[in-house]
Amino acid sequence: MADGQVIGNIRHIYVGVRQESLVKFLVCVKQVPDSWAEKKLGADARLDRAGVDAVLNDLDEYAIEEALRICENSGGNGEGGEHSITLLSMGPDRATEAIRKGLSMGADNAILISDEALSGSDALATSLVLAKAIEASGAHIVLCGTESTDARMSVVPAMLAERLGWPQLTFAGELKIDAAANKVTIKRMTDEGIEEMEASLPCVVSVIEKINEPRYPSFKGIMAAKKKTIETRSLADVGVSGDQVGSASSWSAVVDSALRPPRSAGIKVVDEGNGGNELVSFLADKKIV
Amino acid sequence: MDPKSALDLLSIDHLLSDEERDIRDTVRKVVDDKVRPYVADWYEKGDLPARELAREFGKLGLLGMHLEGYGCAGTSATAYGLACMELEAGDSGLRSLVSVQGSLAMFAIWKFGSEEQKQQWLPGMASGEFIGCFGLTEADYGSNPSGMITHAKRDGKDWVLNGSKMWITNGPIADVAVVWAQTEDGIRGFVVPTKTKGFQANIIHKKLSLRASITGELVFTDLRLPEDAVLPGVVGLKGPMSSLNEARFGILYGTVGAARDCLEVATDYALSRIQFDRPIAAFQLTQEKLANMALEVQKGFLLAMHLGRLKDEEKLHPDQISLGKLNNVRMALEVARMSRTILAANGVTLEYPIMRHANNLESVLTYEGTSEIHLLTIGRALTGIQAFK
Repeated sequence: MADGQVIGNIRHIYVGVRQESLVKFLVCVKQVPDSWAEKKLGADARLDRAGVDAVLNDLDEYAIEEALRICENSGGNGEGGEHSITLLSMGPDRATEAIRKGLSMGADNAILISDEALSGSDALATSLVLAKAIEASGAHIVLCGTESTDARMSVVPAMLAERLGWPQLTFAGELKIDAAANKVTIKRMTDEGIEEMEASLPCVVSVIEKINEPRYPSFKGIMAAKKKTIETRSLADVGVSGDQVGSASSWSAVVDSALRPPRSAGIKVVDEGNGGNELVSFLADKKIV
Repeated sequence: MDPKSALDLLSIDHLLSDEERDIRDTVRKVVDDKVRPYVADWYEKGDLPARELAREFGKLGLLGMHLEGYGCAGTSATAYGLACMELEAGDSGLRSLVSVQGSLAMFAIWKFGSEEQKQQWLPGMASGEFIGCFGLTEADYGSNPSGMITHAKRDGKDWVLNGSKMWITNGPIADVAVVWAQTEDGIRGFVVPTKTKGFQANIIHKKLSLRASITGELVFTDLRLPEDAVLPGVVGLKGPMSSLNEARFGILYGTVGAARDCLEVATDYALSRIQFDRPIAAFQLTQEKLANMALEVQKGFLLAMHLGRLKDEEKLHPDQISLGKLNNVRMALEVARMSRTILAANGVTLEYPIMRHANNLESVLTYEGTSEIHLLTIGRALTGIQAFK
């Protein structure tokens, strides 16, 4: 099927038409080691985060940007605006640095779940904690990036939807929300073409990098971010007990790890009339052709 | 032991507030994304997509960023300095665009303009919709602007402007020019829409410095302005001089950025360039160069930070700006030349930023007060004797 054709149309049953157009966005964000920095594993086989700059996960910026754009096109967010955008993060106290970037871009406030007991939590445990916080937040829609650039699991959005019992619209390349009609529509690009999907609110959406180009925080935004609230909550605050999370309670564990082998020198093919054959046999050896 | 970054040997980052760091990091990212990949080509062509960049910078809040109100961001002076540092790490031409817009043209209107002038021009200049320039220097009156020939005469209620200005950054692309001219009362500033009949701007070609910056000559021929075109808030050289102090402040930070960029490139190059089977960074003469440069860049940054804090407390004296500008431009020029020796032949190409910075800094040494005048200003501060006129 040609690229660009709509190949599927999956409908959920609507719960009913909403009376209000206000949308409470909740965007999940994570502080990660700079995606471009060399990463090292510590003695406990976990990522050494100390020696690397910590930044807002690049892919989360697309989710924040999408929430901002939707708000800007339909009544705005923040003071005097119709909608609200809350950032939700789980991480150490210093994760506020990454959160501040999201607030500088234009989100209204943030919740950081920070607790010693969370250390070493896997995606399953993380989704449990985030889902609890989402339930309590009254959010209408949860937006996520597709993955974090450190762990690259790509499963938290789906896990959140499952735990919340909400529809999930993942890997969105386009997102439309008609709040009054209680309808969220996404387009998902696949190898076969474009899938169009609809769901009712509340729901979980993850967005891909093609959906927009995140803005740079403006200086006014940076200065305004200082006055915005980052509410820190403990595990007890969100209603999860310490023995449900952390490395001991995680379902996945790192058994072993090895450094990437150093790059070996490439093969130089000197074209003496047989260059084409050489290249094809090289590619065939690698099972590329 | 891991090598310590030559760029923050003294941990000067600790002197910055979170907000200042965020602003600095944002400008650095914008320069990385929107300037670095293209600037060598702009430089080679001798052109700059100034309007596009001005709009991009306007969205961030870079233009007139340290001014309050009228759509300006209202940051600290230190934050403005740090932004200049990142821009000039990209290219002095970029910093010039922003200096002239914010510190010269916008500042003069903001400080000395009428409420109507501010409302008319500042929001559009802050957003990058309007580009401004600043006409003070003339072909024969550089360090001695009080002798300027350009003059404005009353004709009924109107003003009639005649004369010309030289070396005007942004001149040929500007929507509005702040022009200083002799009047019966002394030197006055005029807000001149560049569409006004009698206004002509000629591009200055064949520059070997600041090629990623648009420079021009402004010519005024019986240019008629309404009564309210004059800046009401100032008479005399104090007007243009206070604007220049704003711009010089940006330069004393900006040049640290250019020097830092040279040092960064030279360090990377020295570590990867192999001669006699070892990286040239392993040779003592190279290490001496790198150490001396790191020392100077760090000192220049500390000096800038000190002056930035003074400015934020409104305690910065023009003599101190002279000292900062003189030192940091000289320092950056030396660092650029020294870095060039590490890159050897590669250093003279546009593949690396070194020669571009070095050539730019030749202009920066001269504009916004020549190094000679800044020396004599410091001399006057020490002795009480003015030696330059």
